[in-house]
This record gives sequence, structure tokens and C-alpha cells, in this order.
Amino acid sequence: MTAIYEIIVMLFILSGTFLTLAATFGVIRLPDIYTRNHAASKATTLGAMLILLGAMFYFLFFEDHFNSRLVLAILFIFMTAPVSGHLIGRAAYNSGVKLWNKSVADELARDRKKMKQGKSI
Amino acid sequence: MFEILLYIALFLITVAMFGLIYRVIKGPTTPDRVVALDALGITLVAVIAILSIILRTNAFLDIILLIGILAFIGTVAFSKYLEKGEVIENDSNL
Repeated sequence: MTAIYEIIVMLFILSGTFLTLAATFGVIRLPDIYTRNHAASKATTLGAMLILLGAMFYFLFFEDHFNSRLVLAILFIFMTAPVSGHLIGRAAYNSGVKLWNKSVADELARDRKKMKQGKSI
Repeated sequence: MFEILLYIALFLITVAMFGLIYRVIKGPTTPDRVVALDALGITLVAVIAILSIILRTNAFLDIILLIGILAFIGTVAFSKYLEKGEVIENDSNL
């Protein structure tokens, strides 16, 4: 029975580690700030949530101790990491960071231009 | 076996943190550095969770929540500074 519990905990922790490594390769290799933000804010969030879930299962199975702070931390990371990713992407766009030179569409700039023209008419 | 796999996971997360530090040092613009620092904070949370499993103690689990909250507040303050030029605005209507 202990072996099954160890396999469950290890599965969560190793998949979280894999996702964290994937986020790092994305942050190193992707070309501009928006794609790096895409990699970092999604994969790191899910990786940290899986590792915390593995830690919660470890303390629940092996020490008979249900830790509510870990559940709270999982919920907090799940709620706030996408919000901070959105805020920093928006701040980067408004402070004038260029897109990758091979990207094909900039719909926010198009819509803003259209809105400005509509106001002047 | 369980201990060895935990140490391997800790090592791989440390390698991931070094990759993020590379982006903090090199990153051409300021938002790049902020994104990498935010990811570093969340990775540090994972490191503390694995370390508390290795040490078999539940004394560090408050720190996880604390680092999560501090990383969020830091990123929000930095993005507000980049967007508007100040973190806490003066109310000019008073």
C-alpha cells in the first residue's frame, strides 16, 4: 500500500517538474515578450500546482496530516498567476514593446485605430 | 527510490531556475525580466514544497503561501509602474 502512495505522490511531483522545465525552455527559446509570457504564466502555474498537490498528498498519506494551507496556496496560485501574466503583458504592450517581426496580426492596434477614427467622426 | 526521485526533481527544478535567471540577466526589455522574476517566485514555491517533503516537516508550509502572495504583489506593482509611471497615484480631486 505504501508503494502505491509513493507512486501517486511521485507522479504528481515529476509531472510538475517536467512542466516547470518546459516553461523554462519556452522562456529561453521563444522570440518575443508575449510568447515568453504565454509559456511562463501557463506552464509554471500548472507545474507549481501539481507539485503542491503532490506535497499535500504526501502529508495526507504518510503523516496523517491534512494541511489546509497547501490547499489555500493551490487556490491562490490558480487565481493570481494568470492575473499577473495578463497585467504584465498589458503593461508591456502599453509601454511600447515591439511584437516579433514575423508575427502576422496585431488586432489590438487595429481596433484602437478604428476606435480613434470613430470618435473623430 | 522515493528519496532519490525527490532529489532528482529538486535538481531539475534548480536547473529550471538557472534558465530563468539567464532570462533575467539577458532579457532585452524590462517586462521580460519581470515575467522571468514572477516565474522564479512560483518555482521557488515548488522548491520549498519538495524540500519540506525531503526534510519530513510541515513547518515550512506557511512560507509557500507567503511567497505566493509576495510574488503577486510585486508583479502587480511593477506592471503598474511600467504602465503609468507611478505605483500609488495621488488623488488630485481632493
